[in-house]
Amino acid sequence: MQVTVNGVPAELPDDSTVADLVARRAGGHDRVAVARNGDVVPHSSWARTTLAAGDAVEVLAPTAGG
Amino acid sequence: MTAPHGTTEDLVTTGDLAPALAREEAGDPFVLGGATFTSRLLLGTGGVPSLEALEASVRASGTQLVTVALRRVEASATGSMMEVLDRCGVRLLPNTAGCRTAREAVLTARLAREAFGTDWVKLEVIGDEHTLLPDAVELLDAAEQLVAEGFTVLAYTTDDPVLGRRLADAGCAAVMPLGSPIGSGLGIRNPHNIALLREAVHVPVVLDAGIGTASDAAQAMELGCDAVLLASAVTRARDPERMALAMRQAVEGGRLAKLAGRIPRRWHAEASTSFTGLPEL
Repeated sequence: MQVTVNGVPAELPDDSTVADLVARRAGGHDRVAVARNGDVVPHSSWARTTLAAGDAVEVLAPTAGG
Repeated sequence: MTAPHGTTEDLVTTGDLAPALAREEAGDPFVLGGATFTSRLLLGTGGVPSLEALEASVRASGTQLVTVALRRVEASATGSMMEVLDRCGVRLLPNTAGCRTAREAVLTARLAREAFGTDWVKLEVIGDEHTLLPDAVELLDAAEQLVAEGFTVLAYTTDDPVLGRRLADAGCAAVMPLGSPIGSGLGIRNPHNIALLREAVHVPVVLDAGIGTASDAAQAMELGCDAVLLASAVTRARDPERMALAMRQAVEGGRLAKLAGRIPRRWHAEASTSFTGLPEL
């Protein structure tokens, strides 16, 4: 299925969860936040949140900032 | 045995300064959002040239509260900045840098709470890309929403005392006026407003943005600010570690001077040496 991850179209296996996406995209980080279609997906529900075609997902990680 | 002048006794006197400073810090805690800090310097990580410079600067500054941001994850990036900050034992203060609306800022704060496990947030809502000045209307809206959601909100704001009071009344844990635009290094352009803002609110005032060098940080503290937040002045200095130490000492010096009470300014001289007993020569 086609979704948008961090503003770029991406092809994911059907029934992928947020947890699957984070493992694929942000494996090296232990502090990650995810927004799906403009809402926060809490860490506690990543594994049971299944993505749907057309979802816009933001996968965010820490960076330097003032 | 009496030591010759200029040797042992001078060293003993110098050594006594450290306990004096420790005494000052112990008796002058900085309470912010229910937490107590001994350092009154908040350090931003933006613009840091390397992880080595970051660690050296954090340690030299003595800071206990460091700002961080959230951005789209990059495949090549690792969590090493966080490892450095964890190793330094500092508390994290996520920001909402880059947000232009209350909606964006509130969502970013919620995401930061998820990522960093803290409900503290440095709230920034920018209204102009050239000056990076805060959008007052969106800022106050976001502050009210985040306070209602239980966040500890440190609001980056203009030096307007009236807006500062509105933010404090909205429940912000600190009001953080700019001295001048972010990264400009122009120092405190309107010291009078900063002093008025300090008088206008009952929460901590943290001078945030515009600090260029150590004297700016000292001035902020002399004006009555409770703390100083700076990033570029250290991270973009030629020698970040040395500047971090300079800022630490400036903040401490400015705070001590504020507590000690400066002398009034005079138009004419006032002799410090008495004229009584002046010989006629």
